[in-house]
Amino acid sequence: MKTLEYPFDPEYILKKSKAIRRELLADGSARTCKKVAVLGGSTTHDFIRILELFLLNYGIEPVFYESEYAQYYQDAMFDPEELVSFEPDLIYIHTGFKNIENLPAPGIGADEAAACLDAEYARFEGMWEHLAAKYRCPIIQNNFEYPFYRIMGNCDAVEASGRVRFVNRLNEKFASYAESHEAFYIHDINYLSASYGLDKWCDPAFWHMYKYMCSMQAIPEFAFSLSHICKAVWGKNKKALVLDLDNTLWGGIVGDDGPENLEIGMETPVGQTYTEFQTYLKEQKSIGVLLNVDSKNDEDNALAGLKHPASVLTPDDFIEIRANWDPKDLNFKDIASAINILPDSMVFVDDNPAERMIVEEQIPGVSAPDIGQPEEYIRRIDKNGYFEVIGLSDDDKKRNEMYRANAERAHMQAAFTDYHEYLLGLQMSAHIAPFEPLYYNRISQLTNKSNQFNLTTLRCTVADIEKYAGSDEYITLYGQLSDKFGDNGIVSLLMGRIDADQQALHMELWLMSCRVLKRDMEYAMLDSMVDAAKAAGLKTIYGYFYPTAKNGMVKEFYNAMGFTKTEDKPDGSTVWELDVSGVWEKRNTVIDVKAD
Amino acid sequence: MNRDEIFEQLNEVFRDVFDDESITVSDETTADDIEDWDSLEHINLIAAVEQQFGVRFNMGQIVTLKNVGEMVDLIESMI
Repeated sequence: MKTLEYPFDPEYILKKSKAIRRELLADGSARTCKKVAVLGGSTTHDFIRILELFLLNYGIEPVFYESEYAQYYQDAMFDPEELVSFEPDLIYIHTGFKNIENLPAPGIGADEAAACLDAEYARFEGMWEHLAAKYRCPIIQNNFEYPFYRIMGNCDAVEASGRVRFVNRLNEKFASYAESHEAFYIHDINYLSASYGLDKWCDPAFWHMYKYMCSMQAIPEFAFSLSHICKAVWGKNKKALVLDLDNTLWGGIVGDDGPENLEIGMETPVGQTYTEFQTYLKEQKSIGVLLNVDSKNDEDNALAGLKHPASVLTPDDFIEIRANWDPKDLNFKDIASAINILPDSMVFVDDNPAERMIVEEQIPGVSAPDIGQPEEYIRRIDKNGYFEVIGLSDDDKKRNEMYRANAERAHMQAAFTDYHEYLLGLQMSAHIAPFEPLYYNRISQLTNKSNQFNLTTLRCTVADIEKYAGSDEYITLYGQLSDKFGDNGIVSLLMGRIDADQQALHMELWLMSCRVLKRDMEYAMLDSMVDAAKAAGLKTIYGYFYPTAKNGMVKEFYNAMGFTKTEDKPDGSTVWELDVSGVWEKRNTVIDVKAD
Repeated sequence: MNRDEIFEQLNEVFRDVFDDESITVSDETTADDIEDWDSLEHINLIAAVEQQFGVRFNMGQIVTLKNVGEMVDLIESMI
């Protein structure tokens, strides 16, 4: 919904929240239900009211547990029955500067200030440790905004007893904790309040009358920022940018003006602006965002523009370049299918409002932000938090290389007439083994973002993965695939629950990344699972297919794998059976599999 | 803006905030008359009223308001 995209009107959202909520709930889209516990150090009512809107807009239907006024610490430490039985999927600790209990008194010495710091930090760390052990779900913790006055003026940032310094040091300790703990995230209200403007943010009247940690008008921005972490945790991040060229990546029209006359590079202010924007995009690429081009241009001209010596981005930075005269929405869909991701996980960036409208209207769920003037492009995209990072995996950093290698494979495939020969030519090797701690993060991430090739769509937090991996009742397998063009990373996950009585294995999770479709990796995974099941003395494997709006492609997957259908339920879900009591002939003949 | 015009705009704000098109406020209307008007919604209401009329109430004014009539008086004195 446009109303909830940056730049939004905070006052309109606050005033019309009930009507917006009604409209969102009536839009007919399927949403994931999630339980969110909000442990507040101040009034949380309106924060929750607005957070709900942003989450609904991200396809998440939240149910909230709201602690009694300022009871965050008690709720975190003493396991109230209501919170325990709520079984949160996520815990958010809504605290701020006013909740610091060990503020240093002005003028105290460095040792005393350090003791205050340790005492305050210990209080919070104690809560996090307790919550993580008790609920095993992701935790989001606000860091601290700066105080709204400074007793010592500028020296408040220097003196050990200065409160600005104290906030800086405390925030640094919070960040260190987050850096070394899985499923623990900092909501950076220190940055948020600075970006909003601290004087507008801190409203003493709202604190004294209603105990709101920031002004009412700042709440939408606050909730928006918080919702970014939530949706990233639940796998609702965007994955790719689809970019226009003329007047988006450079000033001018390459086909009319010629590449030599484009505004790009350090010679002019306008050129510098586009250079900065291209640098921003290149940085996005380095954290795993896939870059593509959708431009109305002759391809030669488009490439000539990208080969401009001052262009930060070069043709090699893009996965797919569609430069032609077809409607942009067609190219957009074409790009999605070429790289095998869903169109609604791509963001369309174009300076032309008419093109944005066509793409948005033709492809439901696509974001096409109003990027404003060239000098506003970065902020308009950045503030929308499309690609909120919650922990960079190595795969994120390598993703562009992997997708590019895929494009090369497609070219190679065109040269082979026999598909089996092509697969052999790829010289594939796979590593298939039980879930291991090094990869819990990536494994959890995969369960949360795989939608299409996903039989059960079981979403797992890192804590869940840890639990399954450590359980005797489960057989878990991850598969990593390499070939002559490079490493695809971890691309498939399988998990089965052992039913010792029936000597059976129930497949609760079977997913594969669409970037390795038709590579026979599914057969290699099946072979390994059958081996593991046989080693555990099991005779039957049961497969389950639960339909969603997105996983239609695997409806007949178990059939293709040689399973027999045993049940057809009214809701469209199916149950399949595979007898593994006899000798198992390996199905995979093209991938060299290693198990350790 | 006269009192009637203030009432007209104020009524729209009430309808938006409480998402109820049947609301019509008068001088005597208080929180008891509108089902969802509790202390928490009051905060939201005040913020929306301030925005609608481009005014900013101070703390002392907000805590002494007794009914919608007094709110209209206050708005009238500020615009």
